[in-house]
Amino acid sequence: MTSIPPVPLGLLAPELVVLAVAMVVLLADLWLPPARRGLLVVAAVAGAVAAAWLGLGLPDGVGFAGTYVRDGLTRAGQTLALAATALGLLVAPEYLRRGGLDRGEYYFLVLVAGLGAMLMAASRDLLLLFLALETLSVPLYVLAATGRGSVRSQEAGIKYFLLGAFASAFFLYGVALVYGTTGTTRLPEIGAAFSAQPVSASAAAGVGLLVIGLGFKAALVPFHTWAPDVYEGAPFPAAAFMSVVAKIGAFVALVRVFPMTLGALALHWSALLGALAVLTMVVGNLAALLQTSYKRMLAYSSIAHAGYLLVGVAVGTPQAVGAVITYLLVYAAMGTGAFAVAIALERGGAEADRIDDYAGLSARAPLLAVAGGLFMVSLAGLPPTGGFMAKLGVFLAAADAGLPGVILALVGFLTSVVSVYYYLRVAYVMFSPAPSAGVTPAQRSGVVHADATAIAPGSGTAGAAVRLHASPLLNLAVLVAAAAVIQTGILPSTVAALGAQVAALLR
Amino acid sequence: MEWAVFLPAAALAVAGGIGVVAARQPVHSAIALLIVLASLAVTYLVLAAQFVAVLQVIIYAGAIVVLFLFVIMLLNVRSGEGPAVKLPRQAVAAAAVAAGYLAALLVAALGAARPFPAVPQGFGTAQAVGAALLAGYLLPFELAAVIMLVGIVAAVLLGRRPPAGGEGR
Repeated sequence: MTSIPPVPLGLLAPELVVLAVAMVVLLADLWLPPARRGLLVVAAVAGAVAAAWLGLGLPDGVGFAGTYVRDGLTRAGQTLALAATALGLLVAPEYLRRGGLDRGEYYFLVLVAGLGAMLMAASRDLLLLFLALETLSVPLYVLAATGRGSVRSQEAGIKYFLLGAFASAFFLYGVALVYGTTGTTRLPEIGAAFSAQPVSASAAAGVGLLVIGLGFKAALVPFHTWAPDVYEGAPFPAAAFMSVVAKIGAFVALVRVFPMTLGALALHWSALLGALAVLTMVVGNLAALLQTSYKRMLAYSSIAHAGYLLVGVAVGTPQAVGAVITYLLVYAAMGTGAFAVAIALERGGAEADRIDDYAGLSARAPLLAVAGGLFMVSLAGLPPTGGFMAKLGVFLAAADAGLPGVILALVGFLTSVVSVYYYLRVAYVMFSPAPSAGVTPAQRSGVVHADATAIAPGSGTAGAAVRLHASPLLNLAVLVAAAAVIQTGILPSTVAALGAQVAALLR
Repeated sequence: MEWAVFLPAAALAVAGGIGVVAARQPVHSAIALLIVLASLAVTYLVLAAQFVAVLQVIIYAGAIVVLFLFVIMLLNVRSGEGPAVKLPRQAVAAAAVAAGYLAALLVAALGAARPFPAVPQGFGTAQAVGAALLAGYLLPFELAAVIMLVGIVAAVLLGRRPPAGGEGR
């Protein structure tokens, strides 16, 4: 007889808090009058913050028969996931109320996706990692389809679901091959088994399939084609949240699997990941240049940032991995922030998704325009913002790691220079005067791409004026994100502690 | 003896797999899937994993394929309706990738160290499966419940009538 091993629920305290709050939000929605639904989002954010605070105080430990680990990477990954969740919750209510979509289910799904990312960070076992990946993904598929009135949103949901299920199947196949080669799914035992014998073809194929599964979630280049379509069709707050939380989950898992588990075999995988990183940086940045839709521009931008992050994983030194964690934190702030600015605007009852819609923002909402400009400068990686320090950290770590790292850093630097053009174009439009009446923005700017009208959702209302909506919660989200971007830019040491914890694990 | 059972079952599974992809009618695909799943159950029996084989029949052949058939009937797909889109170039590329992958797997399988490690005592019995779920893999097992809850919430959320007067996106 096998005895039931101990169930250390204390180890899971932050996850249990998030799950409990998610249930409460789901059920409370049934009794709350519609006017008081604001309480739901407040409770959800409070739960995320409480879980993050709880998680930072818990000691290290391994539990659940070695499938779960709480260490520096868990702590950092969970803090990142919860910060992204809290921001993702704050940007939603204003938009949902406008669209008549303000229901508790939305916040439930956001919290469960956050829970999935938290468990990905804590997985010490490939099966747990797979189920955590699904816990992250399934709510995101549904969130993409929550824009019920919109065919585009439903198309985005079904597209994301089908391609995501395909990617999950690759991942599971990879788990099966690795299990078939090593006889275990526990990561440390896999690492030991791989180091003990020469790498077999089936083991290499299995690890390759794991990369495909995680690369899809992170939107790395050969597996990125879903990202622009899904972001474009998904409601703005859902796109904001999924762009950030999926990256956090995927990159923390990549760090756990590659530098931490297979660190001894770096020769075998770092060239592969480096090649993917180069491809991702180049394609993401070049494609972003051509976009007239703000969401598609941000989608390619998020692909490009996945490339910069992958540079850090491919190099795999403690310094580089610490820089990846810091980068993820900065990306969570500036990525959500860039979407949040757009959520405050609407054009004729539809999303203000064309870059030209932001013309004249500085005259009508100076602070929002300043915040939007700040996020663009940070995404471009210019000082004095967090985006600059984050990129600098990753590229310096790469350059320290020898010739392949120098090449990666150089490609990253050059593509960053390219990206300055499309980010600052948005900032420029925000601070340019509003279009005169009777002329549609696209005609005025003279930039009429063939797909400009086809892309803009609600193009039937192209001439309608852009209106500004702001709610206290949305303003708070923009403020928090802007503060984080500035603080990480001026005083990077305050967040370096998270990265240093992870780096210490590798030494 | 093992080979006499394994080889026909394996061949039937492969044939069924091709049938799932190649069939022009959804009902035929579902039936071909049933053949794949039932043949796989036989291969589990060859490994002396009776309980896994039974689960395979009950869950996959019993529940999941029946669900597929219900959906096909409810959608009332007309017979003789072929796939709307043909992708000849993608089909060639997919066949090439699949052949390459098969070759790589065969090389890996034939080149693996012999003899294969022995199957542990009691592998695939009810006790072994229960112990794996409730001891070794308790946390993933519980997490599956959360995913199912998300599925239910998603069905309710997406199946509900769209709100009137929402944004006309």
